[in-house]
Amino acid sequence: MTGPFRTPTGGRIDRTRPIAFTFDGRRYTGFQGDTLASALLAAGVKVVGRSFKYHRPRGLVSAGSDEPNALVTVIRDAGRTTPNLVANEVELREGLVAESQNRWPSLAFDVSAVNDLLSPIFVSGFYYKTFMWPKSFWSKVFEPVIRAAAGFGRAPTAADPDGYAQRFVHCDVLVAGGGPAGLAAALAAAESGARVILCDEGPEFGGSLLAEPAATIDSAPAAQWIAATLATLAAHPRVTLLTRTCAFGYYQDNFVALLERVTDHRAAPDPALPRECLWQVRAAQVVIAAGALERPLVFPDNDRPGVMLAGAARAWVNRWGVAAGARAVVYTASDSAYAAAHDLRSAGVEIVRILDLRPDGGPATAVARAAGLTVETGAGIDRVLGSTAVTGVVTARHRADGTTAAGETLACDLVLTSAGWTPSVHLFSQSRGRLRWDAARATFLPGTPHEAARSAGACNGTASLADCLDEGFAAGAAAARDAGHGAVAARRFAATGTAIDIGGFAGEAPHGGNRDRTRAFVDLQHDVTAKDIRLAVREGFRSIEHVKRYTTTGMATDQGKTSNINALAVAAAATGTSLPAVGLTTFRRPYTPVSFGAFAGASRGDLFDPVRRTPAHARATVAGAVFEDVGQWKRALCLPAPGESEGAAVAREVRSVRATVGLFDASTLGKIEVVGPDAATFLDRFYVNALAKLPVGRCRYVVATRDDGFVYDDGIVARLAPDRFHVTTTTGGAARVHALMEDFLQTEWPDLDVWATSITERWAVMAIQGPQARAVLAPLVEGLDLAPEAFPHMSVATCTVAGIPARLFRVSFTGELGFEVNVPADHGAALWDRLAARVAGHGGTLYGTEAMHVLRAEKGYVVVGQDTDGTLTPDDVGLGWAVGRAKADFVGKAGLARPDLAGPGRRQLVGLRVEDPEVVLVEGAQITADPAPPPGTHALGHVTSAYASPNLGRGIALAVVEDGRSRIGTIVHVPMPGGSIAATVVAPVFWDEEGRRLHA
Amino acid sequence: MRFSFLSLLRNAFSAHRDWPEQWRSPEPKPAYDVVIVGGGGHGLAAAYFLAAEFGIRNVAVVERGWIGGGNSGRNTTIVRSNYLLEDSEALYDHSLKIWENLSQTLNYNVMFSPRGILMLAHGHHDVQSFTRHLHANRLAGIDSEWLSPEEARAFCPGLNISKDIRYPIGGATLQRRGGVARHDAVVWGFARAASALGVDILQNCEVTGIRRGPDGAVTGLDTTRGAIATRKIGVSAAGHTSVVLEMAGLGRLPLESTPLQALVSEPLKPLISCVVMSNTIHAYISQSDKGDLVIGAGTDQYVSYSQTGGLQITAHTLDAICELFPHLRRVRMMRNWGGIVDNTVDRSPILGPTPVPGLFVNCGWGTGGFKATPGAGHLLAATIARGEAHPIAAPFGLDRFARGRLIDEAAAAAVAH
Repeated sequence: MTGPFRTPTGGRIDRTRPIAFTFDGRRYTGFQGDTLASALLAAGVKVVGRSFKYHRPRGLVSAGSDEPNALVTVIRDAGRTTPNLVANEVELREGLVAESQNRWPSLAFDVSAVNDLLSPIFVSGFYYKTFMWPKSFWSKVFEPVIRAAAGFGRAPTAADPDGYAQRFVHCDVLVAGGGPAGLAAALAAAESGARVILCDEGPEFGGSLLAEPAATIDSAPAAQWIAATLATLAAHPRVTLLTRTCAFGYYQDNFVALLERVTDHRAAPDPALPRECLWQVRAAQVVIAAGALERPLVFPDNDRPGVMLAGAARAWVNRWGVAAGARAVVYTASDSAYAAAHDLRSAGVEIVRILDLRPDGGPATAVARAAGLTVETGAGIDRVLGSTAVTGVVTARHRADGTTAAGETLACDLVLTSAGWTPSVHLFSQSRGRLRWDAARATFLPGTPHEAARSAGACNGTASLADCLDEGFAAGAAAARDAGHGAVAARRFAATGTAIDIGGFAGEAPHGGNRDRTRAFVDLQHDVTAKDIRLAVREGFRSIEHVKRYTTTGMATDQGKTSNINALAVAAAATGTSLPAVGLTTFRRPYTPVSFGAFAGASRGDLFDPVRRTPAHARATVAGAVFEDVGQWKRALCLPAPGESEGAAVAREVRSVRATVGLFDASTLGKIEVVGPDAATFLDRFYVNALAKLPVGRCRYVVATRDDGFVYDDGIVARLAPDRFHVTTTTGGAARVHALMEDFLQTEWPDLDVWATSITERWAVMAIQGPQARAVLAPLVEGLDLAPEAFPHMSVATCTVAGIPARLFRVSFTGELGFEVNVPADHGAALWDRLAARVAGHGGTLYGTEAMHVLRAEKGYVVVGQDTDGTLTPDDVGLGWAVGRAKADFVGKAGLARPDLAGPGRRQLVGLRVEDPEVVLVEGAQITADPAPPPGTHALGHVTSAYASPNLGRGIALAVVEDGRSRIGTIVHVPMPGGSIAATVVAPVFWDEEGRRLHA
Repeated sequence: MRFSFLSLLRNAFSAHRDWPEQWRSPEPKPAYDVVIVGGGGHGLAAAYFLAAEFGIRNVAVVERGWIGGGNSGRNTTIVRSNYLLEDSEALYDHSLKIWENLSQTLNYNVMFSPRGILMLAHGHHDVQSFTRHLHANRLAGIDSEWLSPEEARAFCPGLNISKDIRYPIGGATLQRRGGVARHDAVVWGFARAASALGVDILQNCEVTGIRRGPDGAVTGLDTTRGAIATRKIGVSAAGHTSVVLEMAGLGRLPLESTPLQALVSEPLKPLISCVVMSNTIHAYISQSDKGDLVIGAGTDQYVSYSQTGGLQITAHTLDAICELFPHLRRVRMMRNWGGIVDNTVDRSPILGPTPVPGLFVNCGWGTGGFKATPGAGHLLAATIARGEAHPIAAPFGLDRFARGRLIDEAAAAAVAH
């Protein structure tokens, strides 16, 4: 025995394997196969949690994932602490440590329970009506107090060390739910040869059958049928069986997400195993076999510990060997509760009385009476006695005139309730299938599906075991057929078992209390009562979405699984309309909560986003490079010598390039090969430049805009052959420029015979820049004369460099004589080695992106995205010369023709010169005409680039300024926190204005 | 009945039987001075300000479903004004100033909570871009300050400022006046206050046509609850604004609608004290007063009116959240939903008159409309009342697309190279 309420025999627990665990620091013992809930119940623990608002003591209500009250925190260590777990979903394991939540100092004595006394004030939406005075008190006083009182569990304080996996699979038939209908569906689909995935949220398949050992299928005990069916399924190589796996989200095109709990139930999990696995399933066909959820009756003080669903009590006694009490009153509007009464009586529980809300009871009534049970029909519960546990009930008698009077007092420690069963249409509804209202049974059922999905069994409104099996089998067979597999002969099952009552009673049950004052709970977790819902309706909240939002009903962690239909019925009664007229709120993902970690999966640390490294990355590392992130790339920012500061390194690198030569790894530049008979036509339309007549062997600096006419990217177009171009883009622009090219090729100009292929990773690129560049490079080059007249600035050729086939560009982003050597990526490191040695031999240096930025800024070359910002035209940044205005059309031509893209007031790229050479302006600083601008002053522009220039011995800056070119020679002001800095507007070129060095 | 603690207490004695409807649900009148199409926060705010500030009380708000059922009730409730461009700064700060007194103005606790907006910079390029924002905000008189990574963590305990993550946090800007509000309460508060001033709120009333006279000016509209005559119509219907304006013969608006998802966790004890946003790794998070972590995800790529999105968007949001807060991996998503955001090409709204006399428009708020609710409503009301754009709204007119005078915050903040 593991507690006073454990039955001597029975259940699916392993009584030979006791398991020790603690709850709120107290030690208990359960059995293998117990959940935390069943073990606590067996131990006689009545109060397992406190409610959200009133902090009322609460006990277990359901045996499934729909449990609203029993939320616990399970603790392995600081990082492996999981709040808000439903006790029914926590499988007992050796050493389990669980704690209750939302109470202080203890579950038994919670000071916040004072809220319960204030409940006449703390009605739904009360907070919208108060806490407004004095104004500052809201965020300083009231809100912090409310925030501290709200919330359930505490988040872990340390990083979660566990791993999470993701699987991506296709299947023919996904069966969501492994009860009788789901098992039968999987069986049929498997027999047809389909690839099948069967999943169930519980630790074992069987669903409702697990709680009904007396049921039989094809003359065998249910357990035997389950075992045989699972054996058959397991023998099919194309069937995947997933327990502890909830189909929680139905996305578009039969994409269904499943969460598998892998290690939480293990005492000492293998550290190599993920904690959870997110299955992303694309299924040709889906069979939803999600079952039904029992609905509680709503009556005064129905939240007392010991008031629970009849089906839950039955599951506990039959599946887990726990009798939830000694003396039970059953309050029902459904026959299935009678089955619970019989089973509990067999386990030794005294059934004090069955109160049946229905005037004449149901078919089970006479059977129960014949079996010696006392049944009162047309009766109910007027109120519940007891606070931390049920001590009794006062019965209610419904008179013929519709009124209700309090009856007698019955002592009991357990109240079983059942209003009927709600088909679990969550997944169907998530799939955007239309629900239909079944007036006869007063329930919502799956109607027209939107996806390739079928519902079978109780979730489809099917009540009896045999019908569920038949329907499941038929659905599985039909799904497999629709997925392209052979037919399976229809099968009929002979079965005995309890039929559930789909539909039943909904809303607040009649009682003799004052309905404006008594609290009959609808949403237990959020403390929403029937009178709260009526208050909302009274205040004009008529749409069920308004009712939900105003009262918060259905918004707790259980997402209203047991409460939504009751809430709907109370609202319908209050508005004087019918249930379907009020409408349902949207069923949202997920069916049960899903860990953030499962979604994130392996996307953490370095795998959060791919790290891209150039072929020479390791060489740069050895050379002391400091790297920066540029998009996904790691780029060498600078390469300091041992003991050298970054600033000193940059200055040295910049000076060295101007004085001798520098080597720069430009491999991250985007590269696109554009090939085809119409390649020249395409590029001529794509870039603003005129490119149709670009000769083979020549390069051109190009500017891309989108339709809007604003600078989008820049780069080099090099013509290798009449029908072949090597195009470069900015590092960050590579993917989107390629996508934009594809966009135009596929949608605007499908007639053009062109392929655009991303070749960024195919080529390593080394830039050699500086007066000595030719001297460094020439001895390595075969098959090409590098003399200025033979290979002038903006030339391109294929040749061999250091024995490696290369595409050699004569281009410069520094203003010096420069070459860019492209070699196949595998040779990048070898090329680097050869060039680095020769650069060193000429007294040159390696340089990084920061030096590159200084060098180009000295020349006034713009960096797209730094000096431009998506609001500037080519002309604004001094690139108007690039625009082929004579061209018939190009991307951006129409955009550029709009009136506000030209004319006065445009911001234009200029240089700024500050008198004090030591002052380096701040990038992003604003520019004003007023040296002491008051708040709200209009900015003329802003500083886009600013560096200390070692070659000029002073700070330099680029800026975009309104009508900047006409302001050259005038003074503007750069307001800083310490006061404005005056600057003279100058031309944006600080070095070699004539460009002689380029052509050296 | 005025809302206060005393009135709440008094009603507690009468079991709250005497609370009136928060807003009336009248039958449509045959004619109104102004009809606002769209009963979201923006439309209701416009109606309120028409009545409260501009003395136009013969106003109807027509809503095809229930008020606040669109993006007003689906967003992540962030309020801030630290924008980059002057036109945007003026617009959002105008709104923020109304937020600061809104509970008192409306006598409805909208729970505006200026708990601070922390915007994270990852790497050099973000820092560059954020510096420009800081200087622009300072010049505009909008509060915004720079925090080092350590200061950011001091302001938001738990934030992962390790240098070892893929995109380490290089610092953050903080707008202390920014924060969150209770989205539904804003809708209901405006509805209640507007209704009290005489505005008719007509739910389940879908517009089916817009009537224009021989001079081209609007003369009324047809609805599923009958024809309504009016000389002034303000359309504030988010993505469906296109549909409504087509009825007026205006052709298609430059709007594209895409799904935008958000999600909440299960309720937790207080954990994240402010709003944390990272544009670079695409995540933002705050914690509601109820304890839920409220998390915004990105937009799905495709154009759609269906209020749902793909799992990969959720996954890429939550992996970012787990990078910033690695102790949240075991926290669970409780609810995930989608809205439809209406985007213009420059991601700035359209607010002002249209070429059709008497027809005014407010739409195109993309992912950022909630924060603008009171401001946009006020500006739309002012524009309708005056018949011409309010100066703050003027740059956001429909003509800017043809003129090329775009207000592109996203492009302006972009770092391309």
